[in-house]
Amino acid sequence: MATEFHNLQELRHSASLANKVFIQRDYSEGTTCRFQTKFPSELESRIERTLFEDTVKTLNNYYAQAEKIGGQSYLEGCLACATAYLIFLCMETRYEKVLKKIAKYIQEQNEKIYAPRGLLITDPIERGMRVIEISIYEDRGSSGSSSGSSSVSGSTAR
Amino acid sequence: MQSCEYQQIDPQALPTPTPTPPPHHGNDVNKREEPKRPRRKWQVFPGKNRFYCDGRIMVARESGVLPLTLGLILITSGLFFIFDCPFLVKHLTSCIPVIGGGLFVFVVITLLQTSLTDPGILPRATPDEAADIEKQIDNTGNASYRPPPRTKEVLINQQVVKLKYCFSCKMFRPPRTSHCSLCDNCVERFDHHCPWVGNCVGKRNYRFFYTFIVSLSFLTAFIFGCVTTHLALRAQGGKGLVFAVQESPGSAVELVICFFSVWSILGLSGFHTYLVASNLTTNEDIKGSWSGKSGEGVTNPYSHKNIFINCCSVLCGPMPPSLIDRRGFLPTDESVQTGGVSIELPALAAKSEINVCTQGTKGLLESATLPPLLSTSCPQGKPQTAYTCPDSSPAVNSDPSPQLSTSCGARHTASSRDNTSPPRHTKTRSKKSKLAALHIPNPSFDVPVSPTSPDAGPSFIPMH
Repeated sequence: MATEFHNLQELRHSASLANKVFIQRDYSEGTTCRFQTKFPSELESRIERTLFEDTVKTLNNYYAQAEKIGGQSYLEGCLACATAYLIFLCMETRYEKVLKKIAKYIQEQNEKIYAPRGLLITDPIERGMRVIEISIYEDRGSSGSSSGSSSVSGSTAR
Repeated sequence: MQSCEYQQIDPQALPTPTPTPPPHHGNDVNKREEPKRPRRKWQVFPGKNRFYCDGRIMVARESGVLPLTLGLILITSGLFFIFDCPFLVKHLTSCIPVIGGGLFVFVVITLLQTSLTDPGILPRATPDEAADIEKQIDNTGNASYRPPPRTKEVLINQQVVKLKYCFSCKMFRPPRTSHCSLCDNCVERFDHHCPWVGNCVGKRNYRFFYTFIVSLSFLTAFIFGCVTTHLALRAQGGKGLVFAVQESPGSAVELVICFFSVWSILGLSGFHTYLVASNLTTNEDIKGSWSGKSGEGVTNPYSHKNIFINCCSVLCGPMPPSLIDRRGFLPTDESVQTGGVSIELPALAAKSEINVCTQGTKGLLESATLPPLLSTSCPQGKPQTAYTCPDSSPAVNSDPSPQLSTSCGARHTASSRDNTSPPRHTKTRSKKSKLAALHIPNPSFDVPVSPTSPDAGPSFIPMH
């Protein structure tokens, strides 16, 4: 785990941030948390479409699991109401448990799939669940400039 | 020579004198004086909220009439327990104070939870996100000199919903989200800003609010009933109401308060029960978003079309987490901490002093001529951090630069928060710029910068 984390640090140290891609929310099914699975054009040369779509679909499934209204959530809700919601101070809610799973999943995906391709996914919870932010890194040693390099100056100068 | 000067002044200038900067920096930042402690995110929160207990509790800046609400509840319940309960326990049953006590505790707890919980505030967009959104808006061909009101249409359950662009938060508001002008925050599933509770009512605290008003209506009705019974019993035997009131004056006060509040609270509970059953918010109901006024076939896309499921999803649904992470540490301090390797420090510190010195004089000259605008201060900030940690400059540039600009952005909205050293530094330099050229104290302002500029944290607070 320490060595893998070290790899991500090395990525940040040895590469420079070229661009960021934002995967927006998909509101077609209401206000539940879902992200668009549309493959962004900036990632076309960096990662296979299927891998990306798998990641986003798995994340969507996790969020659906967290926000599912069913027997267990009703039980949790009724128990919480009966205790004047004080139980939220002591107990970890199901949503929080799923968020931990998501954080672990994103870490794993970053280490195995995205970091070797010079990409890094930021957990949506750090962006207010609005977007999945994917940072695209360029190798410092590489001479070729990506199409995102012009937007580097644009975005970093702000 | 300049570095010699800095070193001489260094021990005097700093509150915790240390011989040389490197071991100073090598220590854990937490052990240093106040400005070096890593700051938590609530300290730089851009909205109009107040935080207590190191970010665990939050209230809106305008507490409204929350003290009045609490006061009324406490006074009425207190009078009830003092004046009515003893008589009623003697003449009726001892369950009365038990039920009253239970309801009272329930009301106070849910009131405090409604007031002190994050209602579902959406954190503002990071500068990169905002830039990306701006790019997308421009791409859609709005090239006129006057930008049109920014809206985006989405289809939710076959219903067209317009998402508005929030200029304060720099993002398209998710559906059912509204920006509260009193709190200066976008709140998810915004219901209303309740002055009685002193907070917005939104996705995260709506269930607390609903439980509060329902239990309060029960409590008010219960006290009203008990007081009426008490006075009626006392007035029995031809003694008259006046005699009863004279014997128990507190009951008269309770009667008045309860009589006037029970109707409004019962009405509010009934209204919110209707909203819960149809999965609407007060905001939507008032605007008539789904009532079909604007067109035909407009239905509420969020309703589950079943009263029971609507109630359960609103009141017993999973509790969403707070998105603003109040107690998290600001990344600027952390990433620079991890970036600053202790072995490299002597060279770095010397380098940084020289570079900061040149930056300092440059900054002085610039600030003398220009007003201390935030926009000029932000670019100054970036070269400084780049100089101070050359080995880890990608990390510093890539990670804190959004955060630096975020915190600069946050400063745009927060009136009284100092986030980054460069803007603050510029401001202080501009104040002292007239004295700058000749006076030795001026370098003393730069001195704290040199050992601490690797932190890129606010290090000048004790100086002012």
